[in-house]
Amino acid sequence: MIFRHATIEKNVILMLVLTLITVSIGGIVQIIPLFTIESTIERVEGMRPYTPLEQMGRNIYTREGCYLCHSQQIRPFKDEVERYGHYSLAAESMYDHPFQWGSKRTGPDLARVGGRYSNDWHVAHLVSPRAVVPESVMPAYPFLAERPLKYDDVADHLKALRMTGVPYSNEMIAKARADLEAQVNPDADPTDLLKRYPKAVVGKFNGESPQVTELDALIAYLQMLGTLVPISNIPPERLRQ
Amino acid sequence: MSSQAALLPGRRPAPSYVEDVIRTSMVLTMFWGVIAFTVGVVIAAQLVWPQLSFDNEHLTFGRLRPLHTSAAIFAFGGTALIGTAFHIVQRTCRARLFGGAPLGWFILLGYQFFILTAAIGYLTGVTQGKEYAEPEWYADAWLTVVWVAFLIAYLGTVLKREEPHIYVANWFYLAFIVTIAMLHIVNNLAMPVSFGGAKSYGAWAGVQDAMIQWWYGHNAVGFFLTAAFLGMMYYFIPKAANRPVYSYRLSIVHFWSLVFMYIWAGPHHLHYTSLPDWAQTLGMVFSVMLWMPSWGGMINGLMTLSGAWDKLRTDPGLRFSVTAVGFYGMATFEGPVMSIKAVNSLSHYTDWTIGHVHSGALGWVAFIVFGTMYYLVPRLWGRTTMWSTRLIGWHYWIATVGIVLYITSMWVSGIMQGLMWRAYDELGFLQYSFVESVAAMHPFYAIRMLGGLFFLSGGLLMAFNMWRTVRSQPETVGTDGRTVFAA
Repeated sequence: MIFRHATIEKNVILMLVLTLITVSIGGIVQIIPLFTIESTIERVEGMRPYTPLEQMGRNIYTREGCYLCHSQQIRPFKDEVERYGHYSLAAESMYDHPFQWGSKRTGPDLARVGGRYSNDWHVAHLVSPRAVVPESVMPAYPFLAERPLKYDDVADHLKALRMTGVPYSNEMIAKARADLEAQVNPDADPTDLLKRYPKAVVGKFNGESPQVTELDALIAYLQMLGTLVPISNIPPERLRQ
Repeated sequence: MSSQAALLPGRRPAPSYVEDVIRTSMVLTMFWGVIAFTVGVVIAAQLVWPQLSFDNEHLTFGRLRPLHTSAAIFAFGGTALIGTAFHIVQRTCRARLFGGAPLGWFILLGYQFFILTAAIGYLTGVTQGKEYAEPEWYADAWLTVVWVAFLIAYLGTVLKREEPHIYVANWFYLAFIVTIAMLHIVNNLAMPVSFGGAKSYGAWAGVQDAMIQWWYGHNAVGFFLTAAFLGMMYYFIPKAANRPVYSYRLSIVHFWSLVFMYIWAGPHHLHYTSLPDWAQTLGMVFSVMLWMPSWGGMINGLMTLSGAWDKLRTDPGLRFSVTAVGFYGMATFEGPVMSIKAVNSLSHYTDWTIGHVHSGALGWVAFIVFGTMYYLVPRLWGRTTMWSTRLIGWHYWIATVGIVLYITSMWVSGIMQGLMWRAYDELGFLQYSFVESVAAMHPFYAIRMLGGLFFLSGGLLMAFNMWRTVRSQPETVGTDGRTVFAA
């Protein structure tokens, strides 16, 4: 050897610094360009921040660890596209803190589950999975259907998300609570909500309870998954990264 | 050179080492091991009989799975690493731990406090929703404090060493401590909703979050579960076999290439996703190259046994360590294969990945810990051997059968799942609905649970053996009343 490795072996600070440099290179090369190369996130229409109700539902999705058995990432294979729909775009998770692509499919992919099943199906399935799908190994979540959703601080959630880069406007934050209640009330006028959050699905998602339950929020989230970007109208070259 | 220096008898009497912390860490490691294996068996059983969550929110798979992974990796593995790091750094440097017992206790107990905080969070639904990085911001912040103290204690001890060379095991522990600090901080940057509440939102979103998470996740494997345990191998296999490390040059080459290449491998967790292709390709290429430094470590570990292979017949503890290196070699061959995009298109999202992880976690990590503890525990408590050598032999075979059941069932179920998802019938329709693939997994999930049960039983035998060893009368007591420890 031209240089003597013993020099490093006798100087722990040198060894520490060299190790730190060595382990930094890969991360720098792989991570920083994802923030600087513009085509990393496809420029497609339709993406908007989550409605307050959807975001609270998403929090329940992460809280219960759904991502440990369900992916939200359809790969560009014939069988996956036929089974689940168009392959996932980076743009579709651009407001996801954290991303929930998952790494395991003990259950099916959910990236485009929105609108596939009725609200009542979701209620029945989440309360008692095997009543609807006998072979299922999913845990039952009856407690979600009964527990009121805590949303007093929903505006704070939106504010924290804005700090991380989600483009919530002042109006969205000021109206967070009203928007949440409007989305889960079929009798309310949804005009304002839909102006701020196009394509938001309005309804009493959990018909079993008159209250706003955790299940309402979770189903509101599930029903919007994969529905925002009008993929069939987008020419393929626009999807190139 | 340095590899032999550590094995030479001391020139001056060794300083008085901090040992109470290490003894406690061994007991805690055993405790967390049993917890981790038990929760693993429980969630494996839940996939066989889903009713076992009893409609209770605290017992769902989604809440128990992070408890299992964190108990195995961070509690069992991490506590073993802290204890052995203190043991190795003091002895290879012939220096008392920097900061002495107080700093040692702070690190060990502070780390336990982190684990408890995180575990309570998992059961009550407090999670960041990122695999292997589930603890929320307040637990993460506390871990950062403990980790900085760990680095200071380690570095301080090396700085005041009496040996001129830094022994190779320390390179690996040091790389582990520094790299985990970097990964932990970057991946867990988050904005709390309020400082009085548990919930936060991570700094990163979507595709960047995915890349950063798997840069973290894969290198938790690379530096927590690999580099650090290689450090353990580099100290305890030569000690137990009473042979010097096989090749000093190989240890240099494979150390630097391992730490350089591992960091690049993260994107192989994101093949065919929305992560840009260039990043996926980089991840694949480096993952395949990683095979070589990994096997460099394996060869160095196994060949250290040259001339001492007969010890495997009489020392079942050493048998654990050597089998661990064998599993390490197997898992680090399987990993590069699975990182090839064509293979990954089949294996990703399936149980094959779970099997692969467990050949590493059970075969490599747990076995090297068992081997180390069977060597270290009697010595730390001033005994010549464990209470029962026969019981170590039983543990070895029960655990090995458990691993074989586990990984073979997961190979079959994983490949079957992958093939069922992509199967077409003669009319050109998808042949199976998703739920048919779920139903087909049932027998393999039962076999896997049985494998886990074997592994847990072995762990319980070990805990019993350890308890009897610790509680028995000391056999070797020095003239000054202190227990004798061969440095």
